[in-house]
Amino acid sequence: MNFSELFKQSNQLCKVSPDGKYLATCVQYRLVIRDVSTLQILQLYTCLDQITHMEWASDSLFILCAMYKRGLVQVWSLEQPDWHCKIDEGSIGLVSSRWSPDGRHILNTTEFHLRITVWSLCTKAVSYIKYPKACQKGTDFSRDGCYMALAERRDCKDYVSVFVCDDWHLLRHFETETQDLAGLEWSPNGCVLAVWDSCLEYKVLLYSLDGRLLSTYSAYEWSLGVKSVTWSPSSQFLAIGSYDEKVRILNHITWKKIAQFDHPATINNAKAVVYKEVERRTAVGSDDLSLHNITIGTTLFNTQSKYEICPLPVQIPVVKPDPDRANPKIGVSTLAFSSDSRYLATKNDNMASVVWIWDMQKMNLEAVLEQTSAVRCFQWDPRRPRLALCTANTKLYLWSPAGCVSVQVPTEGGFQVQSLSWHGSGDSLILLGKEQLCLCFMDTDQEDKSHAGTEDLRAAL
Amino acid sequence: MGEWWTAVPTETSMGSYEISSISHVTMSPSRQNNLMSMYSSAGLSKSSYSVISAFCTEDNIPQCISYISQELASLGLSSTCIKASSPGGAGLDTVPALNAMYELLQIHRRNMCTLEELEKEQLKKSNTLEQMQMSNSRLKDQLELSIREKSGLHETERQLHLKIKTLQSCLKTEKDEVQKLQSIIASRASQYSHDAKRKEREAAKLKERLSQLLVERRDKKLAIDVLNSLGRSDGKRSHWKTTKVTASHEDEMYKSLLSDYEERQRALMLENTELKKVLQQMKKEMIHILSPCQPSTRGATAEDSQADSDGEEKAGDSSREMLDQSCEHAREQLTNSIRQQWRKLRSHVEKLDNQASQVQNEMESNNEVIPKEIHEDEMEKMRCEVQQCKEFIHTQQLLLQQQLNTSFDDETAALLNDCYTLEEKERLKEEWKLFEEQKRNFERERKNFTEAAIRLGREKKAFEEDCASWLKNQFLNMTPFTDRRSCSSSDGQSALSIRSEPEMRMSSTKAQLAKSLTYATVSTPKPTQSASVPSTAELYRTLRLMPDSSSSRHSHRGRWQESSTIEGGDTRVKSKTRVRCGNIFSLGEDENSLT
Repeated sequence: MNFSELFKQSNQLCKVSPDGKYLATCVQYRLVIRDVSTLQILQLYTCLDQITHMEWASDSLFILCAMYKRGLVQVWSLEQPDWHCKIDEGSIGLVSSRWSPDGRHILNTTEFHLRITVWSLCTKAVSYIKYPKACQKGTDFSRDGCYMALAERRDCKDYVSVFVCDDWHLLRHFETETQDLAGLEWSPNGCVLAVWDSCLEYKVLLYSLDGRLLSTYSAYEWSLGVKSVTWSPSSQFLAIGSYDEKVRILNHITWKKIAQFDHPATINNAKAVVYKEVERRTAVGSDDLSLHNITIGTTLFNTQSKYEICPLPVQIPVVKPDPDRANPKIGVSTLAFSSDSRYLATKNDNMASVVWIWDMQKMNLEAVLEQTSAVRCFQWDPRRPRLALCTANTKLYLWSPAGCVSVQVPTEGGFQVQSLSWHGSGDSLILLGKEQLCLCFMDTDQEDKSHAGTEDLRAAL
Repeated sequence: MGEWWTAVPTETSMGSYEISSISHVTMSPSRQNNLMSMYSSAGLSKSSYSVISAFCTEDNIPQCISYISQELASLGLSSTCIKASSPGGAGLDTVPALNAMYELLQIHRRNMCTLEELEKEQLKKSNTLEQMQMSNSRLKDQLELSIREKSGLHETERQLHLKIKTLQSCLKTEKDEVQKLQSIIASRASQYSHDAKRKEREAAKLKERLSQLLVERRDKKLAIDVLNSLGRSDGKRSHWKTTKVTASHEDEMYKSLLSDYEERQRALMLENTELKKVLQQMKKEMIHILSPCQPSTRGATAEDSQADSDGEEKAGDSSREMLDQSCEHAREQLTNSIRQQWRKLRSHVEKLDNQASQVQNEMESNNEVIPKEIHEDEMEKMRCEVQQCKEFIHTQQLLLQQQLNTSFDDETAALLNDCYTLEEKERLKEEWKLFEEQKRNFERERKNFTEAAIRLGREKKAFEEDCASWLKNQFLNMTPFTDRRSCSSSDGQSALSIRSEPEMRMSSTKAQLAKSLTYATVSTPKPTQSASVPSTAELYRTLRLMPDSSSSRHSHRGRWQESSTIEGGDTRVKSKTRVRCGNIFSLGEDENSLT
C-alpha cells in the first residue's frame, strides 16, 4: 500500500472522472485536473467564486462547477481548455446542479424548489420542470441513463414523473400512495422504481417503469419508519433500513420480506466474527517532545491500533437517543451492498462506532467491526468484496472476507480521514481530510497477501 | 363455650335419670310405690335390717308368709310356694322357703352381676362420652377458628372488592382520559394536516407567484453563455417532438420492460429446470435406494444396472415429457411421485433408524463384553510372555552359574592361564617391537647429530686454520719486516694486545675459544670415539647453545621460564592496568549516568 503526498482541497470536492483517468479537485475557486496515475496537474481552471459543487460529465469530457451562493454554474472542457460555458440562474437562486446522464444537459434546481431548469449545452435550450418536491432524494436517473424519475408535489399529493432523458419527454406521470414521499430510487436494471414515505410512516412502494404499482410493503405502524433504502447491484434485493434498528430485505419476485437483520447490543451469533479495534499509545521519546510536535498536536498523540477478534458474546456500546429531539440518532441510516451483491454493510446510528457486515447468501451476520470512534464513512471496493472505512482519525480501515486491517496514513500535519471514495478500478482510494486529500494506492497483488485477522499493517513506505 | 356450659346440666340430669331407672329395674313395679313409701315412711333410718326385721313380727307371720308367697308368685316363683307349716301357725314350711330363698339369692346374685356389668358399661359409656366431649370441644375450637378465618377472608374480600371498584373507576377515568386525549390528538392531527395543507397550498401559490414574477421580470441574468454549442454525446441530431417520437418512447419503454420480464422468466425457467433436475435425481436415487436389495450375484447386478439404465432412460423420457407437457400437469405428476417416494423413503429411513438403534443397543451391550474378552486375551498373552521371559532369565542365570562353577576347574584354569600368558607375551612382544623401533629412531638421530657435530668440528677446524693463516698473514703484512716471518706468535700477540683493546679482547676470546676446543679434544679419553660420538651436552657446548660455565640444562630452562613469567607478568600488569583503566572508565561512566 502506498500513499501519495497531501494535496489541498476545499469543501471535500474531489472526484475521479468516470473513465478513471483524471482526478478533479477544487481549491477555493480553482479547479485542478490531475492525472490519476502520475498526479501531475493537467489543467487548471479558475472559476468566478468559491466552488460549492463539482461534477464530472458521464463521458469524462466536461466538468461542472456550481457556485450556489451566486447562482452560477461554470462548465469546463477537458479537451478544449479554451471552451467555456457559464450558466446564470439569476435571482431565482440555485440549490442543486447536476448533469443529465448524457453529459450534454445540466439540471439546476432553484431555490425553494420552484422548478428544475434543464439547460442544453447542445442547443442552449432551456426547459423547466415545475413542482419538484423538496425531499431526501427527489430525482433519480436510471442506471442506463434513459429515464429520470422525479418526485413532485401538487395539491398536497405526491406524484412521480418519469422522463425520457433523451429529449425530456414526459413518459409517465402518476400519483403515489404516500403521505409525504421522502425518496425514490430506480432498481439497477431500471425496471422498478422504489418509492418510500417519510419517516412518519413505514411505507415502501414499488412501481414498474410504466407506472403500475407492483407492491406495497409496510413492516409496522405508529412508529418512525424508513430511514434508508438501497438496491442490491443485481436488482435482486431491496434493503430497507428503519428507525427500529432493523434492516429488511425484500426479494424482487414477490416483493416480500425474505430476511430481517437485527442490530442487537449484545452479539452472540456464533457465525459472526467481531473485530474490535484496540488502540495502544506509542511511547513518546523525550527528544520527540519538541515544540514542533506540540504545535502539530495530533501527530504527538498518534496511536497505533489493531484489530482483535473478540470472543462472544460481545457487548456493543449503545448511545440512547434523546426522544425529545427530531431526527433521533437511532436506526439504520447507511446501507451499502458490495459490488458482487454478496455482502451488505450497515450502520446503526445509535451504535455509531460499529459497522455490520451481512452475508447475503447465507442471510446472516458475517462480521462486526467495532471502532474506537464513530464511523464517518464506508464504501465498498467497486471490483472486489472489500470495504474501506474511516473514523475521522489518521487511519484507514479495510475489511475483506479474509480479515481486517488498520493502516496508519503516513502523513504529517495530522491528516484526518473524514471521507473516502474508491477509484473505479478499485486500485486506489481517495482519502479526504478537512482541507487536504491523499491518494492511497492498493497493491495490485493484494489478494495474494494473506490478511491476518489482527495484523497491523503499517504503511509500507 | 356458652353452649357447652349450658349443655352440662342437662346431661347431669340425664345421668340421674338413668340411675333412677336402674334402681327401678331392680324393684318390682307393684311394690315400687310401696317401697318408696316404705323408704319414705322409714324416713332415712340407717339400717335396713331394722326395717326388714320390722316387716315380720311374731304377730304377722301368716300375713308375711302370704305376702311373700304372693310376691314370689309375682316374681314367677309360684312353684315353690311358701306355705306355713301349719295353716294359721307361725311355723314355716322350710323346704320351699329355703328353695325360695335359694332362688331369691340366685336372682339376687344374677342381678348383682348384671348390675356390675351395667356399671362397667356405664363407665365405658361415660368414658366415650368424655372422649366425645373432648372431640366435640376440639371441633368446636376448629369451628371457631375457621369461622374466624372465614370472617377474615370475608373482610379481605370486601376490601379487594372495594379496591377493584376504585380501580375500575380509575380505569374508567383513565379510559375517558385516553379517549379524550385521542380525540385531542386526532383533532390536532387533523388540524395540523389541514394547516399543513393550507400552508403547502399557500407555499405553492407563493411559488407560483414567485416564478410568475420572475418570468415576468424577464430576469436578465438568467442566461447561458456557451462558447460554441456541443454535439450530442451519441453524435446524433436531436429529433422533433412528434407523436411518432412519443410512440417510439413508449415502444422503448415496453421493450425494456419486456426484456426485463423475459430475462426474469428465463432465470425462473432456468431455476425451475434446475429444481426439476434435482427432483428427478432425488427421485431416481430414492428409487434406487428403495429397490429391494437383491443378492449381489453378477447376473443380478447386471440386471440391476440394466434396470437402472432403463429407469434412467424412462426418467429422462418422463422429464422430457414433463417439460413438453403442460406445466401444471407435469408438476402434479412429479410432485405426486416425489411425495410417494418420499413417504417410502421416510418409512425406509425410519426402519433403518430402528435397526440402527437396535444395532446400537446391541453394540452397546456388546461393547462391554468384547473389550473384556480382548482384554483377557491380551492379559493371557502378556502373562505367557512374562512367563517365557522369566524362564529365559532363569536359564541364563543357570548357564552363568554353570560357567562360573566350571571356571574353577583346574584344566580350564590352566587353559585360561595359558591364554593369559600368551596374550601377555604377545603384548610384550609388540611393546618390545615398539621399543626397538624407538631405539632405532634414537640411534638414527644420534648418528645424525654426531655427523653434524663432526661436520661442525671440521668446519671449525678449517675456520681456525683460516683464522690462523689470516692472522699470520696479517701479522706478516703488518710487520715492516716481511722477511721476519719466522717470528713467534706470542710476540705477535703481545704486539696485538698493545695495539688495541677490543681487538685484543676479541683475540683473547678467540684464544679462549681455541683453548676450550683444544681442551675438549684433549680431555676426551677416546679422542677418535669422542670425535665420532660426542655427548649431547658437549655437542651443545660446542655449538654454543649452552654457556659452558657449568650451568645445567635445568637452570637454563628455568631462566627461560623466568623470562617468560616476567613477560607474562608484564602482560598481566599491562592487562591489569588496562582493567583498572577500564574500571575507571566504567566508573566514570557510572558517575555520568548517576549524575
